[in-house]
Amino acid sequence: MYALIDGNNFYVSCERIFRPSLQGIPAVVLSNNDGCAIARSNEAKALGIKMGAPWFQIKHLTDSHGLVALSANFALYGDISDRMMSLAAGLGPTQEIYSIDESFIRLDGVRGDLVERSHKIRSRILQWTGIPCGIGIGRTKTLAKLANHIAKTAERKPGTYPGHLAQVCNLEVLSFDERQRVFAATEVGEVWGIGRRIGKQLTDGGIKTVQDLVRMDVATIRKGWSVVLERTVRELQGTPCIGLDDAPVPKKEIACTRSFGHAVTELSDLTQAVTEFASRAAEKARKQHSLASEVMVFIRTSPFRKDPQYSRSIVVPLRRPTADTGAIVQATVLSLRAIYCQGFKYAKAGVMLLDLQPDSVIQGELDLGDDDSLGDIADKARLMSALDAINKRYGRGTMKMASAGLDGDRRVWFMRQERRTPAYTTNWADIPIARA
Amino acid sequence: MYSFQAFDIPVLASNIPLTVSLIRGHVQAGFPSPAEDLGAQRIDLAQLLIKHSQATYFLRASGHSMTEVGIFDGDILVVDRAIKPRNTHIVVAIVDGDFTVKVLSQRVGRIKLKSANPTYPDITPKDGQTIEIWGVVTSTIKQFNV
Repeated sequence: MYALIDGNNFYVSCERIFRPSLQGIPAVVLSNNDGCAIARSNEAKALGIKMGAPWFQIKHLTDSHGLVALSANFALYGDISDRMMSLAAGLGPTQEIYSIDESFIRLDGVRGDLVERSHKIRSRILQWTGIPCGIGIGRTKTLAKLANHIAKTAERKPGTYPGHLAQVCNLEVLSFDERQRVFAATEVGEVWGIGRRIGKQLTDGGIKTVQDLVRMDVATIRKGWSVVLERTVRELQGTPCIGLDDAPVPKKEIACTRSFGHAVTELSDLTQAVTEFASRAAEKARKQHSLASEVMVFIRTSPFRKDPQYSRSIVVPLRRPTADTGAIVQATVLSLRAIYCQGFKYAKAGVMLLDLQPDSVIQGELDLGDDDSLGDIADKARLMSALDAINKRYGRGTMKMASAGLDGDRRVWFMRQERRTPAYTTNWADIPIARA
Repeated sequence: MYSFQAFDIPVLASNIPLTVSLIRGHVQAGFPSPAEDLGAQRIDLAQLLIKHSQATYFLRASGHSMTEVGIFDGDILVVDRAIKPRNTHIVVAIVDGDFTVKVLSQRVGRIKLKSANPTYPDITPKDGQTIEIWGVVTSTIKQFNV
């Protein structure tokens, strides 16, 4: 048995702890550079604001409907997440922290009424941290995730599901009939692991609800779709296929892309930006023990502006698979020069590392005498671990490639976060004020 | 990403590192320090001030309405949200969307927020108005200019 606990509208809920005046009004949290909405209060959802809605498209709601928009304050969210996770851990013997606001708890061996226990943990989290949660319980992780969706939807939109499933939903104690009704009321696209594309294919094929999907024969699914979907269906039928300790599969590609704080026109500024993105991507690759064989670089203007449009990308192969910041940055900067075109206002750039492979596999090659010998490669690897160690200890960006620029926050392309709330819980200078 | 723990014992997300040190003793040539086995932990201020680490937040007091209970302008308030507020507790309440620190007075169901300075008024909720108690102040920290 698994439970999935997650915070409702987590980022907005974090902001509301220290800004009680945000209670009951439409509020959104904006992504890096205040680009688009990444968290919405229920009131904001009710205004029809979609996940990922660009800020400029919803800006007018601030005047007409009192919408409040805040820049993401990850220092705050990280600390509140920590508090929430350690309280959630009280639900069962083992916990897997799945994202900043979600964790799976294994419930095997937990005695007593699970629903009652979950409600207690839920109200403790609400009281202690201020974060409202939803808890879903099921025999598999996929069912727990589905139950969580039901618990949250039943609370937010009364009438969609039976009221007693609000906040905490345990699928295992529902009667056969009730379970069928609940599954039939849930669209197939809500199931964990079913993306938009597969969801549409299923719907087009007449498999519209979870109930339709559960009734499918797994062999048919495997033949007609994929082993991955088969696993999902088995999980929905109650056969655990995804364990708690399944380490995340190393990502097949690593991306670091960002919208700029202000439009960027100069090659020198773009070079700084992509250098930083490439460094970050290389660091991510080293962290998951991967080497990249190809680098993709793209730059583009804003499709939302009426300026002349330009968008180009380029993929360049690397001399050999590597996670060396120097090599990746060099390739990135050369690629940028190849696609840069003067006279445009660039709004976004990104670096992607492609064709990743584990760093345990190193292909031997003839020494062509031009650059790195195998000994040099070992030296570079040590240089990179020193770089990562320094940046981990003294903070990101302590040591970096010179082409990333030295101007820090003043760099024109840097994050714009005009509406960020203070670091209430992580910086003494920012603690909230109480009137006495 | 994973943590394992026994039931019902929330892990402390302690924000302030515990300072640990052994009782000091010179190591004489060849002989272990007699104090070594009696290793004790140095007194930890956070342990004294924080009972529920996940529920504890720090706020700064601003104003003079609480001077009689020893809360002065600029003091740091240690606020514990896990404690159920009761009569005479010093609490942080939400008044008109702002945090306000006052003494909670609960008498026969009537709730009042009292100032601890005669020159400041108490706050009595009007009919239908609710007062939300955000947390209970368990201690204050006063720092001096040195």
